[in-house]
Amino acid sequence: MNDLRDLYQEVILDHSRNPRNAGRLAEPSGTAKGHNPLCGDLITLDVLVEDGTIRDVSFDAKGCAISVAAASIMSDMLKGKSLAETHDLFRRFQDMLTGPDAVAENLDKLEVLAGVREFPMRVKCATLPFHTLRAALDNQSGTVQTE
Amino acid sequence: MNAPAGQNPEILSARADFPLLARPMHGRPLAFLDSAASAQKPRAVLDALRDFYESEYANVHRGVYLLSAQATDRYEAARETVRRFLNAPRAEEIVFTRGATEAINLVAESLGRSGRFEPGDEVVLTVLEHHSNIVPWQLMRDATGVRIRAAVADAAGNVDVDAVFREVSDRTRLIAFSHVSNTTGSVLPAREICHRARERRILTLVDGCQAVPHAAVDVQDLACDFYTFSGHKLYGPSGIGALYGCHDLLASLPPWQGGGSMIEEVTFERTTYAPPPARYEAGTPNIAGAVGLAAAIDYVRRFGSETIGRHEDAVLRYGVDRLDAVDDVRLIGTPAERAGSISFVFDGVHPHDVGTVLDREGVAVRVGHHCAQPAMRHFGVPATIRASLGIYTHAADFDALADGLGKVKELFRP
Repeated sequence: MNDLRDLYQEVILDHSRNPRNAGRLAEPSGTAKGHNPLCGDLITLDVLVEDGTIRDVSFDAKGCAISVAAASIMSDMLKGKSLAETHDLFRRFQDMLTGPDAVAENLDKLEVLAGVREFPMRVKCATLPFHTLRAALDNQSGTVQTE
Repeated sequence: MNAPAGQNPEILSARADFPLLARPMHGRPLAFLDSAASAQKPRAVLDALRDFYESEYANVHRGVYLLSAQATDRYEAARETVRRFLNAPRAEEIVFTRGATEAINLVAESLGRSGRFEPGDEVVLTVLEHHSNIVPWQLMRDATGVRIRAAVADAAGNVDVDAVFREVSDRTRLIAFSHVSNTTGSVLPAREICHRARERRILTLVDGCQAVPHAAVDVQDLACDFYTFSGHKLYGPSGIGALYGCHDLLASLPPWQGGGSMIEEVTFERTTYAPPPARYEAGTPNIAGAVGLAAAIDYVRRFGSETIGRHEDAVLRYGVDRLDAVDDVRLIGTPAERAGSISFVFDGVHPHDVGTVLDREGVAVRVGHHCAQPAMRHFGVPATIRASLGIYTHAADFDALADGLGKVKELFRP
């Protein structure tokens, strides 16, 4: 049960039940949909970027606890971050989950998702919000798929 | 709960025939409840594969040397084993394929090229179909201009004969449906559907993947035109399956793939095709796969499909009762007749999270849409948890599942 408790920490369950920044933005500068066909996670994410800085993020997610919590925590952290900082954050987040060493480097609240590393089948759930964010920043049309 | 009545002692001991099931999972005994996705293999199949490769293997229908002749005999003997298993009239009516998916693509492709279907003709499916019995018909639709209609299920997940024939019109040329749903385990009235279709000269294709592991099938009694199943769900190797097609059809339809073995004579101007089944088996087939499939069928026949069906029914009822007794569980599909599978959701917890917790408890279930998205929409859920059984499944596996669901509750509702 211990690694399950690491995975489903209270913070994660709380974010999955009460996701922060849930909903849609009135006038986003970018929007994207993300889909994880393996388990059916579906996220629609709006982002508002001004002067190279993320001003607002909002999302509508239907999915597992990991993907919804990851979207919620991520959205909380991004406001005020530059695009370069955002991309760097994603890289460090991916490193924490799949890199050769399990290092959580300046990931702040996202560190609660470190337990996902022990569940390789669930890494895509945790990274789906970031992939979708990246697509929204590029304002790509269509749906980002994890498969 | 008490052990289910009606179990067969001989089948209860079959579990020992499956080496993989002895493997502990996350430090616990493995409760493998995903046989509907793919079944584990008995030692008899593993031995048959190794023996064949070690002492009899060569290509078939080619060499003049003894080994090739023996390999050909084994391959054709496997065809005869499948014929007998389905009670098909003739061995030439059995085509080896990669699995049911390839078999349905074969039929859709060959029928599409045959000129038998005109724009506006109709193909009737059901809402419970696996994507493998939907998408090949959509590809055929794009090539021929046929229309696809889907028979509805009721709230419990039953598809009755009337529901199917409500979709049937003067333009219906084919009805393709699952004998047993891979999602809800619903048993469809295949015999009634096929007999009524035959009276109206409508072709039928029955996807028997989820039926053959749990029940005896007789294609003559069913009166279907095509019947298919995958070997790997019947304790055989992956990559082999079979299609039964009635001889008149197989002998008159065009091939779907070209290559070696399926021809009579080839010139650059014109090629004539071999009679069935060779016409539909282009290239070197999965020879060892066929031998392994025959070993799997022989294994099943040792117990008898009817005996297996009765035994599994007792275990499956126990599983339904165990799940039904869990407060947070809602069964998805409560069909009047069920075989093989139980789908359910856990209140407030996504199936994917349930699956992860169960895995750590040693319980292997399938979570997701089960390649049946229209069925998910019918029931109004994005995904389900599916527990499915095989000949080796014990009531204790469902106990482990129920206990695992207790852990889900502990974690998610502290």
